[in-house]
Amino acid sequence: MIPLSWYLVAAAALFCIGLFGVLARRNAIAILMGVELMLNAVNINLLAFWRYQDPQQTAGPAFVAIVFVTAAAEVAVGLAIIISAYRRRSTVVAEEIDNLKG
Amino acid sequence: MQITPIQLTFMLAAVITLGSALMVVSARNILHAALWLVASLFGVAMLFALLQANFFAVVQVVVYIGAIAILVIFAVMLTRRVMQDSGPQVIRAWWLAAVLAAAVFAGLVVMLSSWRGFWNLPPTLANPDAPLVQLGLALVSPNAYVVPFEVSSVLLLAALIGAIYVAFQRK
Amino acid sequence: MTWLSDPITFITQWLQHLLAGWGLSPGLVQFLMDFIGAGALATGAMLFVIFLIWYERKIAGRFQDRLGPNRVGPWGLIQPIADMLKIFTKEYITPDGADKFVYNLAPILMVASVLLMWAVIPFAVTIYGVDLNVGALYVIAVGALGELAIIMAGWASNNKYALLGAFRVVAQLISYEVPMVLALLVPVLLSQSMGINTIVKAQQPWFIVTAPLAALVFFICSIAEVGRAPFDLIEAESEIVAGFNIEYSGLKFGMFFVGEFLHAFTSALIFAALFLGGWQGPGAVQYPILGFVYFAIKTGAVYFLTLTLRFSVPRYRIDQMMAINWKLLTPLSMAVLIVTAVIEKLLQSSPAAVTDLALFIANLVVFVITLELMRRYAGRQRRQENQKAAEPLVQQTGISA
Repeated sequence: MIPLSWYLVAAAALFCIGLFGVLARRNAIAILMGVELMLNAVNINLLAFWRYQDPQQTAGPAFVAIVFVTAAAEVAVGLAIIISAYRRRSTVVAEEIDNLKG
Repeated sequence: MQITPIQLTFMLAAVITLGSALMVVSARNILHAALWLVASLFGVAMLFALLQANFFAVVQVVVYIGAIAILVIFAVMLTRRVMQDSGPQVIRAWWLAAVLAAAVFAGLVVMLSSWRGFWNLPPTLANPDAPLVQLGLALVSPNAYVVPFEVSSVLLLAALIGAIYVAFQRK
Repeated sequence: MTWLSDPITFITQWLQHLLAGWGLSPGLVQFLMDFIGAGALATGAMLFVIFLIWYERKIAGRFQDRLGPNRVGPWGLIQPIADMLKIFTKEYITPDGADKFVYNLAPILMVASVLLMWAVIPFAVTIYGVDLNVGALYVIAVGALGELAIIMAGWASNNKYALLGAFRVVAQLISYEVPMVLALLVPVLLSQSMGINTIVKAQQPWFIVTAPLAALVFFICSIAEVGRAPFDLIEAESEIVAGFNIEYSGLKFGMFFVGEFLHAFTSALIFAALFLGGWQGPGAVQYPILGFVYFAIKTGAVYFLTLTLRFSVPRYRIDQMMAINWKLLTPLSMAVLIVTAVIEKLLQSSPAAVTDLALFIANLVVFVITLELMRRYAGRQRRQENQKAAEPLVQQTGISA
């Protein structure tokens, strides 16, 4: 049997690794990958709590389904913006896309 | 202490997930980072399967690995001037980000471990098929989650149109 | 007589008794049984591909008014083994600057993704790998892993043409997943479960009668997903220098080849399981071996149909392929899904025969409407082209003297 703590600690670790990726990486696509890791950590957390507290409820899985959808939508739009910015500025480094003009 | 096969599987899944996630945020070559992301997402799917949310395990592979990861790989390939990487991959103050992430992790673990349900064991599921049926009914029932369901489909439509418009190249 | 009517269960029980008799704990026995079962299934699938290659070359020959291979062994049966030996002994040439780990992982992942599909297919009422209750979606999921392998192959070859070929392949595969999943939802809807075993058991009559349009869409999409003709722009020798697997030689190329053939056969298996009633037939429940035989016959028929299409129909261009997918198959599959759901709900309390007849008639109506719409669309296209061709040349091309 696996105690709930294992899942929660694993999800917290994944979230913090994603947080480090978002804060420390220069490439905009790498930042998006960090965001994906954070969203996955949230999903693990939601499902762990659902399974261990009250598997009869549907709030957990419903929320996870919405998070899936939101993550997919956000990645699509984010990557479209990054590709569009790359076409104009020839860079994907987040630090260098720093003025609103052009 | 006896380690059951399920615990062994959990440890394997957690090592795959967390190890690949560490490689994602520290890989030099951005395409390798994308492939490590695929491995990490697969580890998360294994964790979902261990939680007996088998529908979500499969949907994770279809949506995240089959669509999102491929989209990320496409974007990586379309935004490279040359096929090699050069220059630093992390900002100069990366150690500050690492300290912050470690602090957040420590704070989360301390806060969660003070909760009385931290060491719970899972209740047994009477019918393994029931959660999926209940989820399906809940997502279309007016008393439950039909409004978020419909709103999320409108969100997807907006994202679809937005992504096409933003990335469109007029010849 | 179980060893005759149900050999796999007989062997499984004998093996279990043997392992338990050696004093191993039940958990370990179960793990070993699963391991041996998975290994046997994968090995059986890979060995079967040898026969598939021979079958395809013979049928190809007959379609093209020639004998197939007939020199090596009786009726050329040893020909694939000769080919295998040739491919084993070829040299591995890794291109300069290729990403070695990714380059070597891609063919492995491709074959693995196809073998993973064999785990959920029920070959008889008791012969199946695992009875996942989300089996239908699992098949799509491992198909997605195969697409990943193709991108990895195209990228790691360090070759512009391989990369372009991989892009086009993945664009095609991702696009055709959409109507495939929507058409897959129709048998899921009719049998109220995603598990393939449950879908097979719920087919009275076969779903090809109550959902023929969904079967047609699923068939077309699964041919496109494999990359077989007429959707084989991605790997045809005359196109883009043979595509994403151009830099592979020897057994690595052989793995792509084997993966593609096995994927085609596996798609036929899944189609037979979902729409043609799988292992159902007279006496299939009491004698599971008969179920296996029925399934084999149905799959052979579907695979023969796939081969017929391959050798009779010319290849589609990439823009024609995308047009077919987004303009025809996706709206059609959505319409079929909605119509099926509405009829199932309206006729919930009627006897099953009435519902089946209503579904069949509704499918026919949708088919006729689709044909009419296609005719009008094609007429409009032709009128536009005729108008453009009737203009003077200056206006058409914008070039003036």
